[in-house]
Amino acid sequence: MANALVIAELGDDAKLKKSTLSAISFAKAALPALGGSFSILVLGGAGAELAAEELATYGAAQVLHCVDASLTHYTAEHYAPTVAEVAKGFALLVGTATSFGKDLLPRVAARLDAAYAGDCSGVSAENGRLVYRRPMYAGNAFGSCTLDTPIQVATARQSEFTPAEPVSGASPLAAVPKAAVGAAASRVEFVSLDAVKSERPELGDAKSVVSGGRALKEKFFEVLEPLADALGAALGASRAAVDAGYAPGDFQVGQTGKIVAPALYIAVGISGAIQHIAGMKGSRVIVAINKDAEAPIFQLADYGLVADLFQAVPALVSELKAKRAG
Amino acid sequence: MQREIPLKILVPIKRVADPDNANKIKINPAGSAVDTSGLEWKMNPFDEYALEAALRLTENGKAPKARIGEVVVVTFAGKEAETTLRAALATGADRAIRVDTTDDALDGRLVALALKALVLAEKPDLGVMGKQAVDGDTNQVGQRLAELVDWPMATFAASVREEAENVLLVGREVDGGTLNLRVRLPAVVTVDLRIVAGASVHSRHTEAAFKYNDGVRFAPLPAIMAAKKKPLDTKTLAELAPGEKLTSPYARFERPSQRKAGIKVKDVAELVQRLSTEAKVI
Ligand SMILES: Cc1cc2nc3c(=O)[nH]c(=O)nc-3n(C[C@H](O)[C@H](O)[C@H](O)COP(=O)(O)OP(=O)(O)OC[C@H]3O[C@@H](n4cnc5c(N)ncnc54)[C@H](O)[C@@H]3O)c2cc1C
Ligand SMILES: Nc1ncnc2c1ncn2[C@@H]1O[C@H](COP(=O)(O)O)[C@@H](O)[C@H]1O
Repeated sequence: MANALVIAELGDDAKLKKSTLSAISFAKAALPALGGSFSILVLGGAGAELAAEELATYGAAQVLHCVDASLTHYTAEHYAPTVAEVAKGFALLVGTATSFGKDLLPRVAARLDAAYAGDCSGVSAENGRLVYRRPMYAGNAFGSCTLDTPIQVATARQSEFTPAEPVSGASPLAAVPKAAVGAAASRVEFVSLDAVKSERPELGDAKSVVSGGRALKEKFFEVLEPLADALGAALGASRAAVDAGYAPGDFQVGQTGKIVAPALYIAVGISGAIQHIAGMKGSRVIVAINKDAEAPIFQLADYGLVADLFQAVPALVSELKAKRAG
Repeated sequence: MQREIPLKILVPIKRVADPDNANKIKINPAGSAVDTSGLEWKMNPFDEYALEAALRLTENGKAPKARIGEVVVVTFAGKEAETTLRAALATGADRAIRVDTTDDALDGRLVALALKALVLAEKPDLGVMGKQAVDGDTNQVGQRLAELVDWPMATFAASVREEAENVLLVGREVDGGTLNLRVRLPAVVTVDLRIVAGASVHSRHTEAAFKYNDGVRFAPLPAIMAAKKKPLDTKTLAELAPGEKLTSPYARFERPSQRKAGIKVKDVAELVQRLSTEAKVI
């Protein structure tokens, strides 16, 4: 019997990230082929024990926690040795396909000399082996691969795996010691995290997303915030809007930004380049507002509005407000 | 101790079939391979950016003709990729290495193992590379290499400042903002899109207030001619990673399901009405 280990992701505030629940769902999907159970490992500074308790409600065989002051701010050099040490007892190691998991898991895989499948959109069993399905070529193709090493390492795309739900009963908790670190750890130092502060939902978790493109210019927030507020939506952006400095980097949706799949995605002044589409085409309903009727975004939008956004967006906000009031 | 070469940087670059192309990616009828015929081949954009960052780190932005350091580019590919290496040399890289192999014989683990052997032989102070190759989109080689040589890493870098000899301050683009790390060389840096903004990269020879043009530099014609004479060595994968083979084979490829175009609404009122009664999302 072979078991899976899920690496939990905590924010810099030691709170559990929802992306972890998608990684748990990935592990559960792999279990029939493995024939075993899944465990969870959480690392962090003070406060990580609380996250471990929260994680104990998802049906894991055990929740392992490694708490150490040097783990307060994540660095791969401090995390990887412990993750690799614990992972030696498992056949499959699963992380989140976020900036945390994509940084850490390949490093751990190298330490274990393990093969890695990143950003997986699916996992299935074929002839008793795990097959990993992942997007390639900016989402223009999906490839299915196997990993031929004793330990297999993967990260799960949050948008493709429904978050795991709590179950009854609590998993046993166990502390694990921090493994000795290499020379690399002494040469890296966390300086600061410039967090983009927002009262809005996180892009990856939001039910609605309003994204703006190059067309918004310096009026990005002025025009889009009222719409996001009216919908309780997260804000996103195209690369062009970010590169131009209209929106922070953290907003970027796409192949190389965030992958989102909300119930409603509204693309405002975005042309619809393949790299952008790669990040949002899993959305349930797509709305596009663009003044160019030929813009490629209309080829996949469920509802297209050909209009000048500077008039259409404020009008949409009033209409939404009127509807709510009425 | 003053180093012989002020800063030596290894930049792995990959030649990829450009997915952003009129002839979109096709899958062969058997579903066993991606058909790249008709696609344009170019340097992985992130590697183009990595090269630009490496060049900026080995010069004074105000007087870029005088190189202050060495940039060695390396690719793992067949002979046809030598044009990509020559393009990198024309842009300003000092030396190139081609490790002879083919794409289908490679995966991230193998590339990283072979890069480790190259790092041990070349002894660079820094590896600067793309965060991902836009064909496989696997995003793993930099992290793996850093682990294999026990170097610190700063992935998804949007800014790099050389604070002092051997010390880099790197701004990483992460979910939720920018994470600033200080790394001591030798180290690995993988770059994100914003690394080529005008003020993103400063060597310690470049004034803090100096601003580059946004984007990557282009090779002037004389440099293209001169690049033909710059050294380009070849090695084999077997000598760098003896006995190693692929461990993440792809059995199958598919096209993603295509979304169909929906309808055009005439105005905002119709949009709200349809979103509420038809799509039921508001
Ligand atoms: C390696 C690589 C990775 C990339 N990764 C990403 C990624 O992750 N995410 C991403 O988004 N892009 C990415 N890109 C960039 C992508 O190719 C496009 O350049 C980018 O998405 C374009 O952004 P845009 O649609 O805002 O700008 P544009 O393409 O310039 O489109 C602006 C649109 O606004 C419309 N418009 C203008 N004025 C108005 C108005 N008043 N009212 C209404 N509409 C108006 C125009 O008709 C046009 O369609 C990547 C590119 C590369 C090479
Ligand atoms: N075949 C290759 N030749 C040279 N560099 C490569 C190759 N494959 C990957 N790389 C490097 O590794 C980085 C990350 O690629 P990947 O992990 O494959 O997405 C790329 O941006 C390149 O710098």
